[in-house]
Amino acid sequence: MSALGPISTRRRLTDKTARTVVLIGAAIALIPLVLVLFYVLKRGLGAFLNVDFFTQDPSGRFLGNPGGIRSAILGTIEIVGLATIIAIPIGIGLALYLVEFGKNSLFARVVRYFVDVLSGVPSIVFGLFIYITLVVSGAISGFAGWKGSIALSLLMLPIVTRASEVVLNLVPNELREAALALGSPRWRVVARVVLPSALPGLVTGSLLAIARAAGETAPLLFTVLGAKALTLNLGDQMNSLPLQIFNDVREAQDRLVDRAWASALTLILMILILNVAARFVSRRNRFA
Amino acid sequence: MNRPDPPAQDQSSTEMLNAIPQPGAAEPQGIASPTPTLPEAPTDRGRRVTVKDLNAYYGKIHAVKDVSLSFEPNKATAIIGPSGCGKSTTVRCINRMHEEIPDAYARGTITLDDQDICAADVDVVSVRRAIGMVFQKPNPFPTMSIFDNVAAGLRLTGTKSANLHDRVEGALRRAGLWNEVKDRLKAAGIGLSGGQQQRLCIARTIAVEPEVILMDEPASALDPKATLKIEELVDTLKERYTIVIVTHNMQQAARVADYTAFMLGEGGPGSLVEYGETDKMFTNPHDTRTEQYISGKFG
Repeated sequence: MSALGPISTRRRLTDKTARTVVLIGAAIALIPLVLVLFYVLKRGLGAFLNVDFFTQDPSGRFLGNPGGIRSAILGTIEIVGLATIIAIPIGIGLALYLVEFGKNSLFARVVRYFVDVLSGVPSIVFGLFIYITLVVSGAISGFAGWKGSIALSLLMLPIVTRASEVVLNLVPNELREAALALGSPRWRVVARVVLPSALPGLVTGSLLAIARAAGETAPLLFTVLGAKALTLNLGDQMNSLPLQIFNDVREAQDRLVDRAWASALTLILMILILNVAARFVSRRNRFA
Repeated sequence: MNRPDPPAQDQSSTEMLNAIPQPGAAEPQGIASPTPTLPEAPTDRGRRVTVKDLNAYYGKIHAVKDVSLSFEPNKATAIIGPSGCGKSTTVRCINRMHEEIPDAYARGTITLDDQDICAADVDVVSVRRAIGMVFQKPNPFPTMSIFDNVAAGLRLTGTKSANLHDRVEGALRRAGLWNEVKDRLKAAGIGLSGGQQQRLCIARTIAVEPEVILMDEPASALDPKATLKIEELVDTLKERYTIVIVTHNMQQAARVADYTAFMLGEGGPGSLVEYGETDKMFTNPHDTRTEQYISGKFG
């Protein structure tokens, strides 16, 4: 029978070293996040005090009132909104096919592979693709908000699909078995049992995709181009927050650069609000 | 070899039934013997399930070999045997859940009364509505309340029910759970204890009004008190339904079942060793392997 004694010094040292290393790693990872948030708040918060910032469109004037970013905010909401409506049902549907029906068949494996390839495509390529096919070609040439939405939805699709596939795979198989054993047709099992169980994860995946799309500039440069005046018609060139930031930050005037920072802060806050709202809605559907 | 006759014809069904081992036989025999007549079932529920020459495979693995037996209406039949002998696989073939596993398939004939349930033109969904299943680990739907869990069977099968509340109450009463949950029907289904969850799953199964209930080790995950409740439940349920209960607990089979089937794997595909009335089989088994298993020499 061995004697019971205290932890050896060597083990104690190893434990402390490991803990310190992990803590330092976490701190290093957090530093950029904290710095970005701090800097954006510091340089952008000032413009929030002026209510014109939200109620006026950028005037484009060199001297005088530079205006606000109203058209950019509404443009982002519209363009990303349409992209969401396109990408999320298709993305979740694709994930449902891969998990529930395709499983490990050859076709499903091919689809999965291509979705992975798509997730690695740089966003500017999506912009160029839509540019070539929809903007400079024949009958429907020209820049428009909805073309930007399509480019963004191509970007969002692999993110939604991959995140949804992971979450759907996490639904325990015994739930599907229970529903099938009751004599439920397959589609009802998916709609009434699998999807409700996976809902919080699906929401998270969708939010990730929306946040990513809302900040992309390159696709919009080639498809929407930008505008200053407010327009709610997706068939026109529109303004949007990333485009607004892109234009303002290169200006010589300090106040315009400040406006760029404030636009960045607005974008972050919009996504935050969306995040909180979506979590609130999905939590009410489940039991605690 | 000739292609098998379509089972819809009366001639072949009778021949098939006569070839099935009747209660009391030790091994499946090819001799035709008349089907024993049973007393009329008290209700018109509970039909006979007949399994003939069932072979089940998982891809290349042969899991169940040449199993033939029948499950008598309004009786409880237990299937006992050591782990891995193919009991669960056999039972899962009966309500065609075996098909849900990729690369799994089964050969053989399974009939519900005289209807072949594996025929190509039979809807698997209708088979499962007539043959319900209770699983080893209780699996109530986590996003639904107690009421919704019991009603789930009706809703998932698309049955529009005007008196949904009555049907849910009836099912919960017959599962022996009504008094414990009647005040909290809207509470989460997963908030119940293990034994209550299993009775909830049983209520969910019987709400759909099946004719046969398959139970795959329903009490193995429960404590003794909950196990006793489930066994009492089986006793009352068999008045209305035909029960098939897989169990690795021989005492449970002795307590609960009218007939028992003993299966053995012996390293290869599982097959039926003996099938008979429970009392006879436990006191005077025909096969030496049965005797050894029952007296605890292995398994």
